[in-house]
Amino acid sequence: MYTQAMDTGPKEERKAVRSAEEAQLEERFEARIDEGAFIEAKDWMPEHYRKTLVRQISQHAHSEIVGMLPEGNWVTRAPTLKRKAILLAKIQDEGGHGLYLYAAAETLGTSRDQMIAALHGGRAKYSSIFNYPTLSWADIGVIGWLVDGAAIMNQVPLTRCSYAPYARAMVRICREESFHQRQGFDALLVMMRDGTDAQREMVQDAVNRWWWPSLMMFGPPDGESTHSTQSMRWGIKRISNDDLRQKFVDATVEQAKVLGVTMPDPLLKWNAERGHHDFGPIAWDEFWQVVGGHGPCNKERLAARVKAWEDGAWVREAAMAHARKQALKEQAA
Amino acid sequence: MNDTASTPASTAQEWPLWEIFVRPKAGLDHKHCGSLHAPDAKMAVQLAREVYTRRQEGTSVWVVKSSDITASDPGDKGMLFDPMEDKVYRHPTFYELPDSVNHM
Repeated sequence: MYTQAMDTGPKEERKAVRSAEEAQLEERFEARIDEGAFIEAKDWMPEHYRKTLVRQISQHAHSEIVGMLPEGNWVTRAPTLKRKAILLAKIQDEGGHGLYLYAAAETLGTSRDQMIAALHGGRAKYSSIFNYPTLSWADIGVIGWLVDGAAIMNQVPLTRCSYAPYARAMVRICREESFHQRQGFDALLVMMRDGTDAQREMVQDAVNRWWWPSLMMFGPPDGESTHSTQSMRWGIKRISNDDLRQKFVDATVEQAKVLGVTMPDPLLKWNAERGHHDFGPIAWDEFWQVVGGHGPCNKERLAARVKAWEDGAWVREAAMAHARKQALKEQAA
Repeated sequence: MNDTASTPASTAQEWPLWEIFVRPKAGLDHKHCGSLHAPDAKMAVQLAREVYTRRQEGTSVWVVKSSDITASDPGDKGMLFDPMEDKVYRHPTFYELPDSVNHM
């Protein structure tokens, strides 16, 4: 899964005064970016580049971890053993993705504890999509199809991100993410083809609720995206929010036909002139509400994370105490 | 890979960082695939299995404490590696042999 929230942090002021040496280093850095070279962890980089990446990668990691919660809601109620095994595997993947990303962020000199403290203290964001509730089993299928579908569109360009540890993590994540989208579509297809009328309605209802939040996952319109220009310049971002959103709409409209559902947008229609689908206005007020902490599940999600962290503290400490004791024993022997 | 620029003060409570190397299948080298936090080597192996081999990506895992790795300084890159640039005679393609024996 993935976050749009990476674009919504506060804008940092760039330092105006630089030493001659720093100016030279920055020039060399910019030249390497221009020739499409990868930046590795120990290479010199401007402080602003480092900060931008720490914010983006850690928020991406938080999104993967918080994203486990809405799906976890359905593990015990999955309709069959097969679906339960699939859902567990998917949730485990999300946890794994979070770990790859935390490790990538740590290469920039931030610590895991700092990142987790920022999330729990409300200073770091995660994708606002996970602040919506999963009300029926169909929501699990729709999350795979639409939410992971949007995530894949966002993430594929990140495999070419200029910061190499992030790009490498994204390669691994993208390889695994495709199963997430396909299993979701497959679950919905079974409900639509072999299900009862009530089950088909359940799918349509879930699509109605998740469609707009999925479009919001691509972030604010290009004109209002605070960090976009600099991130594009630095090769942290490759394709603009609006271009990715359009690509997603065009792809999913066709998939919806196969499924036999409609999108909750009366203005959605093919525009032959543009060669794309037109779609209705997005309720950005709602988006900013949710980003600002006032979505349907913000408090619940954060509370669940904090509780898991605090309840697990004794396990982390005990494991460390055991390791120290074993090391001492070995020394003595 | 032991990339953390400097150890921030707040890591006191954290489990140590380990670098993970996975051998995809017999006959291939172990390859660095990422890092993770674990209290000891035994747990690092267990967690590496969960994090990096969920789809049979490996048949063997090495774990090394990040702090035990010594890496070359990126600033020394030129000094260390550039001298090889003009030693083209170390490559087979440097030698032009008669056609009849050029598959040598």
